[in-house]
Amino acid sequence: MTIEFEAPKPIVQMQTVLQTVADNMMRPVSREFDENEHTIPWNYIEFMHTAMKSMGGSGGLTPRDEKPKEGTEKRPPIGYQLLAAQIEMLAWGDVGFYLITPGGGLGGAAVQAAGSPEQRAKFLARFSEDKPTFAAMCMTEAGAGSDTSAIRTKAVLDEATQEWVINGEKIFVTAGDKSFTEYEQFGKGFIVVWASIDPSAGRAGMRAFVVEAGTPGVKIVKLEHKLGIRASDTAVISLVDARVPYDNVLGSPTVEKTTTGFKGAMATFDATRPLVAASGIGVARAALEFVKEKLAENGVQIRYGLPRNKQTSVERDVIEMEIMVKSAWLMVLKAVWMADNKKSNALESSMSKVKAGDVTTKVTQKAVEILGPLGYSREFLLEKWFRDAKITDIYEGTGQINRLVVARQILGYSGSELR
Amino acid sequence: MYSFEPNEEQQMLVDAVGKYATNDLRPAAHEAEESRELPKKLIGKGWEIGILQASTPEAYGGFGERSAATGVLAVEEMAFGDLAGAYAVMTPALFATPILLAGSEEQKQQYLPEVIEGDWRPFTAALIEYAFDFDANALRTTAKLEGGEYVLDGEKAFVPFAKDAEAILVYANLDGQTQGFIVPKGAAGLAVNDEREKLMGLNALPLYRVKLDGVKVPVSNRLGGEAGHDFGPILASMQLASAAAALGVARASLEYATNYAKERVAFGVKIAQKQAVAFMLAEMATEIEAIRLLTWEAAWKMDAGKEDAAASAYLAATGAADMAMMVTDRGVQVLGGHGYIREHPVEMFMRNGRGFAMLTGLAIV
Ligand SMILES: Cc1cc2nc3c(=O)[nH]c(=O)nc-3n(C[C@H](O)[C@H](O)[C@H](O)COP(=O)(O)OP(=O)(O)OC[C@H]3O[C@@H](n4cnc5c(N)ncnc54)[C@H](O)[C@@H]3O)c2cc1C
Ligand SMILES: Cc1cc2nc3c(=O)[nH]c(=O)nc-3n(C[C@H](O)[C@H](O)[C@H](O)COP(=O)(O)OP(=O)(O)OC[C@H]3O[C@@H](n4cnc5c(N)ncnc54)[C@H](O)[C@@H]3O)c2cc1C
Repeated sequence: MTIEFEAPKPIVQMQTVLQTVADNMMRPVSREFDENEHTIPWNYIEFMHTAMKSMGGSGGLTPRDEKPKEGTEKRPPIGYQLLAAQIEMLAWGDVGFYLITPGGGLGGAAVQAAGSPEQRAKFLARFSEDKPTFAAMCMTEAGAGSDTSAIRTKAVLDEATQEWVINGEKIFVTAGDKSFTEYEQFGKGFIVVWASIDPSAGRAGMRAFVVEAGTPGVKIVKLEHKLGIRASDTAVISLVDARVPYDNVLGSPTVEKTTTGFKGAMATFDATRPLVAASGIGVARAALEFVKEKLAENGVQIRYGLPRNKQTSVERDVIEMEIMVKSAWLMVLKAVWMADNKKSNALESSMSKVKAGDVTTKVTQKAVEILGPLGYSREFLLEKWFRDAKITDIYEGTGQINRLVVARQILGYSGSELR
Repeated sequence: MYSFEPNEEQQMLVDAVGKYATNDLRPAAHEAEESRELPKKLIGKGWEIGILQASTPEAYGGFGERSAATGVLAVEEMAFGDLAGAYAVMTPALFATPILLAGSEEQKQQYLPEVIEGDWRPFTAALIEYAFDFDANALRTTAKLEGGEYVLDGEKAFVPFAKDAEAILVYANLDGQTQGFIVPKGAAGLAVNDEREKLMGLNALPLYRVKLDGVKVPVSNRLGGEAGHDFGPILASMQLASAAAALGVARASLEYATNYAKERVAFGVKIAQKQAVAFMLAEMATEIEAIRLLTWEAAWKMDAGKEDAAASAYLAATGAADMAMMVTDRGVQVLGGHGYIREHPVEMFMRNGRGFAMLTGLAIV
């Protein structure tokens, strides 16, 4: 090993391809889908599904387990790195669209992180089949957002039928509608529902359940109207006596006095936080590039290398934004590189999310300010990116929650020592 | 490929420097700052680790190849111990590394073994000028070709060890380009102020104002020889060193504040258990990591000969200056009133932290 920053070829090639997708299939219709919330960009979904399949992928955005070809030297795995780069580029195109790219999404990630090999095989195969297929993650409830230990959704084993019976209500489920509603154009998806099998056990009693699309007792109650990422559906889902097969529980079905159940959730977050960070950075980069482009059109050059006190305030701002975007991206890369190399990355993962949350909001907000009336106008996408960006600091652990994780790591504190 | 792990050789160097920084530099730092004096033995011990020697090829008296990536690792570690001490140990590199990077073969043969092979001796360089808008690419000190010689005129500031320097690499403006000129000890027209510079920080490091009044040097003393050189990579290497040193100082401040916060009790709990303090620490750690990766990437680009290496080094140094100020300020804040008292090092880290915005030129990787 050594310190190296040469983007692997597969990543560079993929970026070129996705840049074309962004330029042709996302940017031209970004505005339309922002202004018509809850309409579905079928073209994009269909195209992405076909494209990802033909590129040899799983038909979705999930890290691949690489199988080295016979007789070739085994290369270090780059599955998560590739995924992060894909997400960054798609989000550069339109982060709302990215969020409804067919595939396992956060639901798939949960199965990947907390499921057994058999479960992975069983539940993840569908994403490479003919039709675009979705999965979603249902953790949040009205009374349990950051504090996931407060979830009230319950799963009880019906001994007679060997089925889990789930009751509760989940909110803010990204792609919940596409994953659960049985659209003719889509394959059968699933949602991963976090519920307690033993409320007295606290976090140790929490488990994730794969709930197949169309399961009786489960209902999409409503779709939220949002500040941004309007192409992405955010669903409220109620579960009333919803029955799922015994084997659909991810992880051990019995409660030991440990926190293994919740560790599953945390392992998921370690894997997904840098990816969410990557999606924010895509938006920030789009905003930064747009500002530079507009400034250049107006004859404003950014003079790099000058001492600060010789620069204009716009030059200083743009340079600062560049430092922010670049360094935030490197933090994502490090976190996913660690994931690829099976290094524990709880610290780096949360750090990358803290940084991306800050950078994405600051950069887009500054960008709108710099461009004045042009920044504020809906004629351009910049104001939309400003709205899209903010979610980065909220979901997958708010900025504050990730600061807590970082602080605990560097202080060596437990959750009870620093809450 | 992406990879974020120093190689074995680098790790060995980092460990060696880290030991020296922790066991030698840090314990001496407070006394050195207060007395404005670095023990010679301390500098000598740091020199013996061989950072510069390991980045100079055998042909010139060393035992390795220069790598900016290795350089930034070593500088961060050294500065973690103490900034003034680190700069003192690495001062000869200010003279040697530009020669290695841009010197003519003749210059390499003539100067490098002399610097590298012996004990630590004050070879140095003069870049900074005493002006609010100092710009390394638009120097006020001039070089003019007159009668087959270069004539240097102007004033340089903050020149480490200038008083006893065996030779100074002086940067001057030659027709709008920054160029280095090797000025030997005792050159006519070269005047080093008797009194040392008095700065907000770095008091242990002997820095001097240097006047050049018609100093004549032969054409062969122009860095790179008659044809001169590109100043870009030299400045970039200085910016990388500055960024790396900022990382070291910031990390020192974070570590001290973290340990303090885990001990200090207020309102019945450790102050680290209060989010207002814990979040400061988390943000400090996050910013350090962000700038570290930016610095590593820029250093890697330089080693790999990437076109945008210089631009990246500039971004890293600019970001590092902000990061160091933010982190070292909070280091003091976490200690409250005690942070303001000179018994604790965080106030010195804070004074040093401000310096990175204007002190590029005191170290090079
Ligand atoms: C568009 C969108 C999509 C989403 N997608 C999904 C999804 O697919 N699946 C899913 O399960 N969830 C999803 N979420 C939910 C998201 O993860 C939560 O909104 C988030 O975790 C915050 O929870 P909350 O909204 O209840 O805020 P709260 O937890 O009520 O937080 C409110 C404020 O208090 C702060 N706070 C809370 N606890 C602490 C603490 N201990 N210390 C300091 N500050 C604290 C928070 O940082 C925040 O600023 C989505 C949300 C949105 C808006
Ligand atoms: C130059 C100087 C002059 C002074 N003059 C006087 C004087 O004349 N008379 C006098 O009585 N005192 C004086 N003081 C003391 C000064 O008021 C205290 O230093 C100050 O109140 C902070 O207390 P502390 O230093 O013990 O820090 P601590 O209380 O130990 O605080 C350390 C850190 O923890 C933070 N912190 C503490 N509690 C909490 C909390 N509950 N939540 C979040 N964060 C917390 C603080 O903000 C700080 O960042 C002076 C101090 C100095 C440095």
